[in-house]
Amino acid sequence: MSTDILNEVTQTDYKYGFTTDIETDIIPIGLNEDVVRLISSKKNEPEWMLEFRLKAYRHWLTMKLPDWAHLNIPEIDYQSIAYYAAPRINAPKSLDEVDPELLKTFEKLGIPLHERMALSGIAVDAVMDSVSVKTTFKESLSELGIIFCSFSEAVENHPDLVKKYMSSVVPYTDNFFATLNCAVFSDGSFVYIPKGVRCPMELSTYFRINAMNTGQFERTLIVADEDSYVSYLEGCTAPMRDENQLHAAIVEIVAMKNAEVKYSTVQNWYPGDKNGVGGIYNFVTKRGICKGAYSKISWTQVETGSAITWKYPSCILLGDNSSAEFYSVAVTNHHQQADTGTKMLHIGKNTTSHILSKGISAGLSQNSYRGLVKINPAAENARNFSQCDSLLLGDKCGAHTFPYMEVNNDTAIVEHEATTSKINEDQIFYCNQRGISTEDAVGLIVNGYAKEVLNKLPMEFAVEAQKLLQITLEGSVG
Amino acid sequence: MLEIKNLHANINGKEILKGLSLTVNAGEIHAIMGPNGAGKSTLASVLTGNPAFTVTEGEVTFNAKNLLELTPENRSREGIFLSFQYPVEIPGVSMVNFMRTAVNEHRKYKKLEPMSATDFLRMQREKKELVEMDNKLANRSVNEGFSGGEKKRNEIFQMAMLDPMLSILDETDSGLDIDALRIVANGVNKLKRSDNASIVITHYQRLLDYIVPDFVHVLYDGRIVKSGGKELALELEERGYDWIKKEVDGE
Repeated sequence: MSTDILNEVTQTDYKYGFTTDIETDIIPIGLNEDVVRLISSKKNEPEWMLEFRLKAYRHWLTMKLPDWAHLNIPEIDYQSIAYYAAPRINAPKSLDEVDPELLKTFEKLGIPLHERMALSGIAVDAVMDSVSVKTTFKESLSELGIIFCSFSEAVENHPDLVKKYMSSVVPYTDNFFATLNCAVFSDGSFVYIPKGVRCPMELSTYFRINAMNTGQFERTLIVADEDSYVSYLEGCTAPMRDENQLHAAIVEIVAMKNAEVKYSTVQNWYPGDKNGVGGIYNFVTKRGICKGAYSKISWTQVETGSAITWKYPSCILLGDNSSAEFYSVAVTNHHQQADTGTKMLHIGKNTTSHILSKGISAGLSQNSYRGLVKINPAAENARNFSQCDSLLLGDKCGAHTFPYMEVNNDTAIVEHEATTSKINEDQIFYCNQRGISTEDAVGLIVNGYAKEVLNKLPMEFAVEAQKLLQITLEGSVG
Repeated sequence: MLEIKNLHANINGKEILKGLSLTVNAGEIHAIMGPNGAGKSTLASVLTGNPAFTVTEGEVTFNAKNLLELTPENRSREGIFLSFQYPVEIPGVSMVNFMRTAVNEHRKYKKLEPMSATDFLRMQREKKELVEMDNKLANRSVNEGFSGGEKKRNEIFQMAMLDPMLSILDETDSGLDIDALRIVANGVNKLKRSDNASIVITHYQRLLDYIVPDFVHVLYDGRIVKSGGKELALELEERGYDWIKKEVDGE
């Protein structure tokens, strides 16, 4: 019976799959030093930024695609990708100057760009293809000394901050995709929260890929100075296309003494159709550093999209008594592949980290958790607790757990728990018998399973994420 | 209300029900008794549409509808409720959320608006009293960490919430101590009306001291082989099932 229903896997509608008909400034495909220079000049960048890009590009040429992930990555032809695409706009001063097509796109996506309409109390930076389209609430935030703008603007207006922190957490030599990003990154968001300021609203960046044959390479840098607090949300979608598109981003977080940064992602890039055609290749490097004592960084992610996900939001616990959290729900269906997890590097004394990973696999998908907990010799009394659960829907998918631990200090306490379970038919039938359809039952059960993580999301996101889990798994269970 | 004619059903090719017939009218309580493996729980599963079982022959009509054509959830929405012998645990799903989803699905089927949170909570409070259920249970995950008695009480609570036409109680007495049994039976009795009906599946006559049946049927080898009034239950208690087996097998 269960296989009957599994075979009937219905077409899941990806409701963000539309394209926007807008004039786009797109550079020819291919990658070489001239392209890197062209991107830099399109963005009117200062010489130091160009130098940084070229240094990264030259290093990238010496690197090889990593092959350690439990992923089957088709050959990517880096010469067939366009590395820069921008909706043709001239830095709009007000919303009236923004192309109405663009506004419509973001409205369709449920992203409020009209500040007077933004009752949701979230400041948004909207990024389409390679450029930031519009940042809301910029002025009211700046009264508090908070800087929230596109990365390009930050390079122009706050070069000292960018120079100081950019690449301080993820060096340009870090890994194949991060290095590529350093060479060709287009735009992204920049956040600076000054000393003692508690950011009064959620900050959010919304990434949208629109143009064909392009890659999206954005980078985000969040710096929380001493005693500050910020909660940051990231959302992403892309049109449905038959081809695969590359997304290789970098997110860096710096938390100074006593600062707290919460970073939440709902990743919903187009996952490809049910036969595994198309979809985004999502290779992302996210890392934070708890630089000061008592600082705190938490990563919460709900991963439902992308054909391939390769992503390990990590933390370097440098400051004494600093703490880090990683909460993740990763869902894969049809032919999706995900290799995701975290790294917790304990350096300071009395540092604590908590990892909670919930994997859900359906269809023919492969879902892996990969995590490293490393306790350095100096990290006295470090603590880590990791829990990795896998839920299987059907018998053609795979769930894998690769936990690594390196403990170099005897005072450390490191714990790891893992479970694997299947949605059982008795649970579904029990729900059916109470009048709840199988689809709704799966939604209830999966959301129940992921609840601990979903509870960590800001309210607006939690509701969206719950719906998303259900949509992603539609028709995948019996 | 319910008419079963010559019902045959199997699981993994093994025939369990072999021509079962039974009629249940509104206002009646039917007890089904019988030895282990006779097919009592299978009957409950088949009536509620458990996909593990395949019906090969026979008819089941429920309020003039062909029951066998309905999905399990629509059978529930039409008013069939099963109190499970082994209620399953659903971690992370709160009873409140679960029940509210169920109640609103039933309402949607009847083309009614979803219930407001206030009305729902009021109804929940009333129905909980019926089975003397602890307030805390409603905030816990479905059956998770419930004791055997709590699980059974929770079944009757759900029955009260969904107000079925036909309730099937599958070995509701198993694993209950005498106090829990009394509470559960009281709950069932309070829900009894002239327009609804129950099928009580049990191994022992003990439960029938509390829930008094109008009819008692003996299920043996996939068929109902003997029917009578409530005194039949007492006779079975006294004499066991062997004499019935002999009667049937001697045919």
